[in-house]
Amino acid sequence: MLQVSGLFCERGDRQLLNGLSFTLKPGQLLHVRGANGAGKTSLLRIIAGLLLPTAGDVLWQGKPTQQQREDYHGDLLYLGHLDGVKGDLSCIENLRIDNELLGAEISEASMMAALEKLGLSGFEEVFAKQLSQGQHRRVGLCRLLMSQAKLWVLDEPFNALDVKAVGLLAGLIEVHLERGGMALLTTHQDVPLSTERVSEITLGQV
Amino acid sequence: MLAIFHTILARELTLGLRRKADVLMTLFFCVIVASMFPLAVGPEPALLKTMGAGIIWVAALLASLLSLERLFSADYIDGTLEQMIISRHPLALIVFAKVVAHWLTTGLPLVLISPLLALQYGLEVQDGLVLVATLLIGTPILSLLGAVGAALTLGLRGGGVLISLLVLPLFVPVLIFGAAAVDDAAAGLVIEGHFSLLGAMLVSALILTPWAVASALRISIE
Repeated sequence: MLQVSGLFCERGDRQLLNGLSFTLKPGQLLHVRGANGAGKTSLLRIIAGLLLPTAGDVLWQGKPTQQQREDYHGDLLYLGHLDGVKGDLSCIENLRIDNELLGAEISEASMMAALEKLGLSGFEEVFAKQLSQGQHRRVGLCRLLMSQAKLWVLDEPFNALDVKAVGLLAGLIEVHLERGGMALLTTHQDVPLSTERVSEITLGQV
Repeated sequence: MLAIFHTILARELTLGLRRKADVLMTLFFCVIVASMFPLAVGPEPALLKTMGAGIIWVAALLASLLSLERLFSADYIDGTLEQMIISRHPLALIVFAKVVAHWLTTGLPLVLISPLLALQYGLEVQDGLVLVATLLIGTPILSLLGAVGAALTLGLRGGGVLISLLVLPLFVPVLIFGAAAVDDAAAGLVIEGHFSLLGAMLVSALILTPWAVASALRISIE
């Protein structure tokens, strides 16, 4: 369970988050809405542990994430604006490193299967810098298939994806929630998910 | 624990092999600087012999300074650094693997080329060997200390200049003891003291800098 309590965040002299609190339970998805510059990315980076809030706590299974960094990061999968894919490495080499970083310990065959599922079969040995933007993003999305993380934090995951990939990603999120996973995401599109599990917050409203 | 060290080390070396120009630039820079001096100060053998060790050390130091900016910036730009920071493994260990790879691709080639440069300056074989030994202990210290500067200036405009300002004062003791060891060896003095100090610097840098770099990266990525 992820609990966020009394979160404040200042960037420069702007107050982005003003005592934000919410709880995310297994099987739930939180859709973070807000205008550009409302602090969506900042909120997601705070939850991922990449940004320190000005005040407030992020609790994972009841304990502050700062005090259990490595355990928490083992349960977390964060995909930001940057894909985290190395251009000078081939797709499969990228996945091998992600496999180790995520501590996923999946087999080579499963990595190949992940690439295939995301429509990248035949591109295994191609350098990521030679891929299109959407394909590049798909290599990053392979992490969703590889990781066993309970909490997914996805910043604009539908960007640069075609209709088919959007459907695929929505399906992956749905399966993750059904298994008792949790997810936070920001997107300006309508979330193509069954609504009963989805809750929403909107940032930047007083 | 070891698996992640091994994976990151292999990744960095692979990337190094695919960007040969970046790696070779450091080596060429050192060789060019060391080769220009005799042309500028004149081919006086006695003069070159006394200046040789100092010049080679300065050239090696500047060359490793030049390569520092690349240490984290590429990973920062494509987001792979973010994924390392939020991986389940200790960041200090990942950082240590990156620094070891950095030394293997920049420091070690300098160490290997140094006997040739020593020959160019007419150093005695024995003094040349002392030079190689000081560089072998000294260049890893430069990589480790430099990584702290690279992490602190990550994402800043003009980061390269700032790195130099930050780490040059830290590099100076290494330079002094490294070059002095060769001079004293040539003068027939005892050089154990210099090596003990260089060794002590290397051990402290090995133990302390990975943690410092990890903390600096967490701050820089905000």
